Amino acid sequence: MPDTEYAVAAVLVTAAVTWALRALPFAALAPLRASSTVRYLSTRMPAGVMIILVVYCLPDLPMTEARTVAPLAALTVTVGLHLWRRNALLSILGGTAVHVLLTSALLT
Amino acid sequence: MRIRPADAVPAVRPDPGLVGRAPSEARAAFRASLSVGLGFVPLGLAFGALVVQSGLGWWWAGLSAVVAFGGSFEFLLIGLVVAVAPLASVAVAALMVNLRHVFYALSFPLHRVEGRLGKAYSTFALCDEAYALASTEQARSWPGPRVLWMQCYLHLYWAGSAVAGALLGSLIPEGVTGLDFALTALFTVLALDALRELRGDLPVPLLAALSALVARVLFPGEMLLVAFALFTSLLMARRLMTTGRPSRA
Repeated sequence: MPDTEYAVAAVLVTAAVTWALRALPFAALAPLRASSTVRYLSTRMPAGVMIILVVYCLPDLPMTEARTVAPLAALTVTVGLHLWRRNALLSILGGTAVHVLLTSALLT
Repeated sequence: MRIRPADAVPAVRPDPGLVGRAPSEARAAFRASLSVGLGFVPLGLAFGALVVQSGLGWWWAGLSAVVAFGGSFEFLLIGLVVAVAPLASVAVAALMVNLRHVFYALSFPLHRVEGRLGKAYSTFALCDEAYALASTEQARSWPGPRVLWMQCYLHLYWAGSAVAGALLGSLIPEGVTGLDFALTALFTVLALDALRELRGDLPVPLLAALSALVARVLFPGEMLLVAFALFTSLLMARRLMTTGRPSRA
């Protein structure tokens, strides 16, 4: 088991790296804000970044296994609910509920 | 969306001054933060529960949530700390997973946030979801204080639910798994909302999906880094092609 000092130090190291990554680019990229290319990127990046994060979150499961159904079904429910009701909370809770139900009750 | 005109254009009414404005910005930010924030709660609970299940103290969940505040990497950090990974490895892993934040500086409205302290906190609390909320079309009219308040609420939701999850962790029945999907669902919802604002610019999601899949298959260890770099390069290439002006002198 890690000692307390180490566990705290790991959090501090993470915080320092994360804050640097979040803050320093503003100084480095400030002169570029006025450029039309940067504006083009900034309007299109949010959607792309979120899609990449979704792919990143999906587990690495082979298509032949029954367990793979859980994330795919949950993703379908999330997308379906969101296109239908546009209620973020409902979509997240609905998709997560389907996933919890499938992974802990049906596909164990 | 039912916004009464009085809510939508508060600036038109006689301004009662900063004293009256601050609470209304806080309230508007609270409403805006709810959708994402409540997506944080199951995630934070799951994070806290996982911390305790891994044998770390409940206070560590709170410390990590308040000080590191980087959702997806915090889940990873649990494993690194339990394995007593060298601090240098922790730093490199944090760098890789969180490098995507570099791209957020391109469009996050930090210029609207006032004061050194405000800017410092705003960059500190610039998580994925804060970026996603602040870069929506509606958010383009948000004044700085509302952006700050929104970030503050997200930070509170995360820290509060992480501590609650750590304290309640032992109450979750043994066989219940799959809560981690909340993170995937959250990003899916944010992606759908962002897509709607592209108004049918189909190549953008296709390029993103392509970048993600290529990175995932070829560089599974550094998927996020490669995917973001590839996606940005593809967007740049497309921009150069569609503007159609070869930059040759």
